[in-house]
Amino acid sequence: MLEHLAAHVNHDANLVRRGRSVNTTFLLAIDEAYHLVTVAEGKITGVRPGPFITPNYSFALRASRESWDKLWSEKPIPGFTDIFALVKKKLLRIEGDLHPLMTHLIYFKGVIAAAGRATS
Amino acid sequence: MSPRFEPAIGRYLHLDLLGKPHRLYVEEAGSGIPLICLHTAGSDGRQYRGLLNDARITKDYRVIVFDMPWHGKSSPPVGWENEDYRLTSRDYVRMILEISAALELDRPVVMGCSIGGRIVLHLAHEHPEKFRAIIGLESSPNVDPYYDTSWLHRADVHGGEVCAGIVSGLVAPTAPNDGRWETLWHYMQSGPGVFKGDLYFYMIDGDISDKLDQIDARRCPLYLLTGEYDYSCTTEGTLEVARRTGAQATIMKDLGHFPMSENPEKFIGYLLPVLEEIRAGKTASAA
Repeated sequence: MLEHLAAHVNHDANLVRRGRSVNTTFLLAIDEAYHLVTVAEGKITGVRPGPFITPNYSFALRASRESWDKLWSEKPIPGFTDIFALVKKKLLRIEGDLHPLMTHLIYFKGVIAAAGRATS
Repeated sequence: MSPRFEPAIGRYLHLDLLGKPHRLYVEEAGSGIPLICLHTAGSDGRQYRGLLNDARITKDYRVIVFDMPWHGKSSPPVGWENEDYRLTSRDYVRMILEISAALELDRPVVMGCSIGGRIVLHLAHEHPEKFRAIIGLESSPNVDPYYDTSWLHRADVHGGEVCAGIVSGLVAPTAPNDGRWETLWHYMQSGPGVFKGDLYFYMIDGDISDKLDQIDARRCPLYLLTGEYDYSCTTEGTLEVARRTGAQATIMKDLGHFPMSENPEKFIGYLLPVLEEIRAGKTASAA
């Protein structure tokens, strides 16, 4: 369901510029649907759907389909407009090595917003 | 565009603060009732430039905005390199009272946002007689930590980038682009460890939950304005403060955690009736 993510990110020159020093793979979990998203110099170079036996990634973002849908709602819903809003409500878990995420937080928030557009 | 100066005047105030000499940057505009404005954690007084430039406000109010020590153009105290900055309720209250006294203000109105919206509740609790009215923006009694604040101050993470990244989601999604990014720029310029030090007050030391019932909005009019998209100081938290203190609360549509800088025009639309009520000497009634 994230097959269009690369196009949404890679065609956004400003987003790619913001993430130009990002090189990592992270896991996005929507319910039990897992995706490994690979980033190279700010561009999405791979989106691999699970299931995986031994997934290798730096950090993971895990939430229910319902929570992601609220975050990605076309009409913003108060209390559901940011990944940390979901974390605060204990609806999203951020796990693993958070260093790539925290060093490029605005970039990754842009990628996650693009994932919303890619799944709609 | 024709060159022009804004009406605000910025000066450096030298004073003893918390027992140490300080050099504090203070901006002001207008005349009349003094209105002290307190910026958010990890930012500075530039957040209030919309108010400083609005003649509807400055015709009746002397708007005074200072950068807290360590913030904006105010210096940290001499010897700062030997300590980690950490804001406490006690120091924050003292700072506001000492600055108000140094400026010889007569029962000013005090308005603060976020940490400022919290400390004004402490002022309402401890010193209601010293203020003509108190306005809390994004006020809540407490906020439990929802991320590890150690990320905000470590040499292998750019402090400005991560602080702006953390707070970016607190700006209303409906905010105009220029207001959003100017708000974030302020965070990108914060000194190392300053946002984290402010959050010690916000998330730990400044919890006022157990004292709310001792605040009485009849002793000093208390107004609360909170953006509907603020998930840090929630609308529920603000309404709880109003219920337990008798404050007058308004939930502001299309605004987030930084109303005065993310969307000044929209925010001032909510603020003007409050300022007019204070000017006219009416008392805020229980919600």
